[in-house]
Amino acid sequence: MALSAHAGSETLYIQHFGNEEARGLQYYLKQMNGYSALKKAFALKPDQVIDEVKKSNLRGRGGAGFPSGVKWSFIPKTSDKPKYLVCNADESEPGTFKDRDLMRYTPHLLIEGMVIAAYAIGAKHGYIYIRGEYAREAKLLDLALEEARQAGYLGSNIQGSGFQFDLTVHRGAGAYICGEETGLLNSLEGKRGEPRVKPPFPATWGAFGSPTVVNNVETLCAVPFILQRGGEWYAKLGKLPNSGGTRLFCVSGHVKKPGLYELPAGAVTLRELIYDYCGGILDDRKLRAVIPGGSSAPVLTPDEIDVVLDIDPLMKIGSMLGSAGVMVIHDGCDLVRLIYRITKFYEHESCGQCTPCREGCRWMANIFKRILDGKGRLEDLDLLLDIANNINQKTLCALGDAAAGPVKSFVTKFRSDFEARIRG
Amino acid sequence: MSKHLSDGFYQDMKKLEPHYPTKVALLLPALHRAQEEYGWLPPEVLDEIGIYIDIHPAQVREVASFYTMYNLKPVGKHHLKICTNVACSLMGADELVEYCEKRLGVRCGETTADRKFTLNEEECLGACGTAPAMMLGDDYHENLDTESLGEILDRLEK
Repeated sequence: MALSAHAGSETLYIQHFGNEEARGLQYYLKQMNGYSALKKAFALKPDQVIDEVKKSNLRGRGGAGFPSGVKWSFIPKTSDKPKYLVCNADESEPGTFKDRDLMRYTPHLLIEGMVIAAYAIGAKHGYIYIRGEYAREAKLLDLALEEARQAGYLGSNIQGSGFQFDLTVHRGAGAYICGEETGLLNSLEGKRGEPRVKPPFPATWGAFGSPTVVNNVETLCAVPFILQRGGEWYAKLGKLPNSGGTRLFCVSGHVKKPGLYELPAGAVTLRELIYDYCGGILDDRKLRAVIPGGSSAPVLTPDEIDVVLDIDPLMKIGSMLGSAGVMVIHDGCDLVRLIYRITKFYEHESCGQCTPCREGCRWMANIFKRILDGKGRLEDLDLLLDIANNINQKTLCALGDAAAGPVKSFVTKFRSDFEARIRG
Repeated sequence: MSKHLSDGFYQDMKKLEPHYPTKVALLLPALHRAQEEYGWLPPEVLDEIGIYIDIHPAQVREVASFYTMYNLKPVGKHHLKICTNVACSLMGADELVEYCEKRLGVRCGETTADRKFTLNEEECLGACGTAPAMMLGDDYHENLDTESLGEILDRLEK
C-alpha cells in the first residue's frame, strides 16, 4: 500500500504508519513528544483549550466537517449530569480506511487527544466505539489504554492535575448505521443502532441521557498537535481559510498506487491526487468516474476532477469530501452494475425506521436489477430520480440522503450508459 | 434453569460492569463474549444473557438480530466473509466469491455439509486500499486474488 505526503509540507501521522513500534508508549513519548500536549492543556482553563481548537479551524474528519471547537462549546457548563466523550471509530463509510491505521499505529495519539478533549468539556469517562470487524485494532487499543493507565495518563488525578478520566473500548457488531452519531449512541447503550430524532442533539442528550461530544478518530488525533504547536499553526497547515490541518485521503479502486495519502487540507485537486500522487489510472486505461468522499458522495465525471479536494469546494460542485474516501473508476467498469451494488448496500444498511429510506432503497435496488436483467424501461430512469428525490431530506438521519445522492448523480451524469443498457 | 455460559463469561462481565452507568449497555459486549464461547448464539444463551442483564428475552433478540456479526444460526468452523462493496468489487471480489462458491460447493450465505466453511458476502470492511479483502475469524486477508485465496483454503482444509 502506498503511503505518501505532499512535497515540502509537514505530515502528522503517515510517517508512523506501517511501523509496529509506533504503537508503544515509549515510542510515543520519545519520537512523537507524546503526552506533552496534555501538560500544556492542563496549564490552561478548559475554555482556553476550546478556544485553541476553534482557532485551529479543525473540522470533523468523519464526514460532516463541522468545526470541532464549536461542537465542544455546545456542552452545557452548568449541567449536573455526568458528561461523556465518545470517539466514533465505526469507520464504515465504503471507501474509508484511515482510522484503522491511526488506531493500530498511533493509538496513544488518540488517547492523548481524548484526554485533552475530555478535559475541555469536563468528561470523566469516554468510550471508543469501534466497528466490530476491527477486532484486532480493538485489542491493540486495549493494550495502549492499559499502558496509559500504568503511566498515569488515564485514571484518577492524571499527572497530578487533579483531573480524572478513563476510557472504555466498545465494539460494534456490524451495522453501517452505527457510524451515525445517534445510532452509535443507542448502540453504545445496548440498543439497536437506530438514529434518534434530533433535537435534542448529543450535546444536551447524548450517551445515557447526558451531554456528549462525539468526534471521529482522525479529528481527535489532531488535538495533541493543536495543543503542542498552537491553533494558528494548525490552521496554517491548511491551504484554505476555514479548513485547517492535514487530511488523510483514502484512495482505492483503479489507480496504480492505492493507499493513504496525507496532504494539507485544500492543497491539491482531485486530478493531482489521482495522477501525481497515485500514479494515474490502473493499466493506463481511461478515467471514467470518481467517487470523492465515500460511497455516499455524489459521483464526479472526468470533467470535474480539477476541483480542489476539500469540504467547501466539493460541496460547491454538488458532491462532498465526506470521509475523504476517494474511489477511482476506469472505463472498464460497468457503471450500471456499480450503482446497483452501491444501492444494495444502502438497502441492506437502512435501519428501517423511516419509510422513504426503507422502501425507497429497496425500490431503487429492484429497478437497477431490472435494468441489469435486460427488463428495464426508459421511464425507469425518471422513476429512479423521483424515488431518490422522495428519500432526500425526508429521513431522520443522513442515510437517506447518502442513498439518494449516488443514484441521482449516476443516473443524471451517466444517463446514456443506462439508456444503452435498457435499449439493449 | 441450567447454566450455559462459563464462569469466565461472568468474570469478564463483572470486570466490565463498572465501565457503564447502566447494565443494559453490557448487551453488545455480552453477545460478543458469548459468541466467542459458542461460535454462534443459541436461543438458550440469548435467554441466559437476558437473565444476567435483567431484560426481557425479546429485547436480547431484538438487539442481536440488528447486527450482522451476531450469528443467530450455527456457522462453519471457518467463516469466510468476502467484501464485495465498491472498492473490493472494482478489484475483483466477485471472482473471489465465484471461486469460493465453486470450490466449496455452496452459495453465499450457506455452510458446507461438513460444517467446515460458511461463505458470506460482506459490506465494506475498511480495507479498500488493499482490496479485495476478506475477514476470517478476527483476521483480515488483503490484496487477495484467486491464487492467494486458494492457498488460504488449502491451509484450512488440511
